[in-house]
Amino acid sequence: MMKPLRRFLIAGLLPALLAAVAAAALMPVLLPEPGGGGGPPALLLIALFGVFVLAGRCVRQLAALDGSAFYGPLTAALFGVWVLYFWQVGVTVFEVPRVLLPAPSLIALSLFEHAATLGRDFVQTVLKAVLIGWALGSALGFAVGVAIDRAPFLQRGLLPLASLTSTVPLVAVAPIMVMWFGFDWPSKAAVVVLMTFFPMLISTLAGLQSAGRLERELMHSYAASYWRTLLDLRLPNAVPFIMSALKINATLALIGAIVAEFFGSPTVGLGFRISTEAARMNMALVWGAIVVAAVTGSVAYALLVRLERRWAFWHPSVRAP
Amino acid sequence: MPSMREAPAWRRQLLPVATLLLAALLLWYAGAVLLNAPGAIERVLLPKGPYTTQELVKATWAMERPVLPVPHQVAADLWASITENELTSPRNLLYHVAVTAKSTLIGFVLGTLLGVLLASAIVHSRTLDRALLPWIVASQTVPVLAIAPIVLVILGSLGFSGVAPKATIAMYLCFFPVTVAMVLGLRSPQRIETELMHTYAASRLQALWMLRLPAALPFLFPSLRVAIAAGLVGAMVAELPTGAQAGLGARLLTGSYYGNTVGIWSALVLSALLGLALTGVVAGVERLVMRQRRPA
Repeated sequence: MMKPLRRFLIAGLLPALLAAVAAAALMPVLLPEPGGGGGPPALLLIALFGVFVLAGRCVRQLAALDGSAFYGPLTAALFGVWVLYFWQVGVTVFEVPRVLLPAPSLIALSLFEHAATLGRDFVQTVLKAVLIGWALGSALGFAVGVAIDRAPFLQRGLLPLASLTSTVPLVAVAPIMVMWFGFDWPSKAAVVVLMTFFPMLISTLAGLQSAGRLERELMHSYAASYWRTLLDLRLPNAVPFIMSALKINATLALIGAIVAEFFGSPTVGLGFRISTEAARMNMALVWGAIVVAAVTGSVAYALLVRLERRWAFWHPSVRAP
Repeated sequence: MPSMREAPAWRRQLLPVATLLLAALLLWYAGAVLLNAPGAIERVLLPKGPYTTQELVKATWAMERPVLPVPHQVAADLWASITENELTSPRNLLYHVAVTAKSTLIGFVLGTLLGVLLASAIVHSRTLDRALLPWIVASQTVPVLAIAPIVLVILGSLGFSGVAPKATIAMYLCFFPVTVAMVLGLRSPQRIETELMHTYAASRLQALWMLRLPAALPFLFPSLRVAIAAGLVGAMVAELPTGAQAGLGARLLTGSYYGNTVGIWSALVLSALLGLALTGVVAGVERLVMRQRRPA
């Protein structure tokens, strides 16, 4: 088991890393003065091509390994590191203008320099608009779902309409919400409420229907009341559905809040930052704001997955790895 | 869902849906009275002296710049813009619908092709599967739409303008769901089926074409419906930055700049209809394709 891994480390990763470091060290020596023109020297291009080949080879070797669940994510991580490396090196060597594509180091620097600004944006967009809108929209969807559970007529009417809303660009209500609720976060939260309500409604209804006939008849034979059946059988059965709606809604909420800010916002917020700094060609900060949004989305998703593991540990989709 | 059961289900839903729509319409009119009343009293009625309730209701339903325009105002605005202007005139909302639909469709076709190609590559390459697929899956949890302004700036400074940047944004939004679904779909054939292809000495290309792609269709179409909705949102967001003159997104933004509520609602209604129509086309194609597979 150890042998292929060791072979990868010594024969694959090590040469690629050494070559990458060597090429990076060569760069200041070989590169002409910035703006001097003449293009990158051939020697450097050959060296980088060598690194490229070695990097591809070591990713392939790692991808071919079997025997540990960690190899998969490790391959993805290694691939990501190489992408960052070639992004950084390529942008420097080919003198790509910062407006087009800032180097990862510049993005990291601007994340660090503008940490206070981005922190305020995070509070404004994520902690206010997204979190409140997501919680409110999901709670409303759940409440309405449970409320109309006993009204088949309403269900038959509401379900087709609710599933049609997924094809409609709901974000477009943002300008109306801005008119009604003002520029600050309540208008964004309102957009998020609208976007998250319907997925949760549909999932809650589907989840409540998902309890098996056998189990329902068992509850019936126990003379269990509607509420007892709801609490002990049908709601627990609906948890996986509700959790997956919460996960979908987390992404939707982020998109909704950020796009709603494109339509008008106070001078703070991730969407505002992205659109105004893009207009000012300050791309490093735009990428910084996007990193914040991306990390927020992934972390929220990961947290919800952990919550799902805890609450729906019995469900086949969670038990099966 | 078997097609046999669809017709009765559809008929069973007709009455409830109609009832709910009617209730929504009534609520809309009532809401308009409530929301518009302060403005109507202040701007229309008080200058003229005392007024009756009937006059108040009438005034709230016919305001110049209402907080909430009523459906017939929106319909009248739509009708006027469609019938009173040439189809090619930017005053005609159908022109903007066409602009948005065009960039959505171009992006959708390109994104779908790209997604199917990449998924085929991922299924056949373990390296891509392990190195690239996790990133594509993870990107589903990230608001990728936020990159739209960057794409606009990059393509703008490279000299692209007009439909290209919008279609690009629609394309990359379409591409993610299609790729993820197609990887699942291309992998869905059972081992026994792939082994049968193997015993026929079918090449990988033949196996892809005759086994994997047909097997992936049930996965492809739901993702296409998601993709075209996402592509429409992408195309509309791409029309937001200043400079875009045409498209439903631009209409929404100019409407909100000038406080033209009826205009916003008209654009909103049309974008909803466009979304429904685009998804309807995809669903129609799905039904046609899947019906041919039914006899087997």
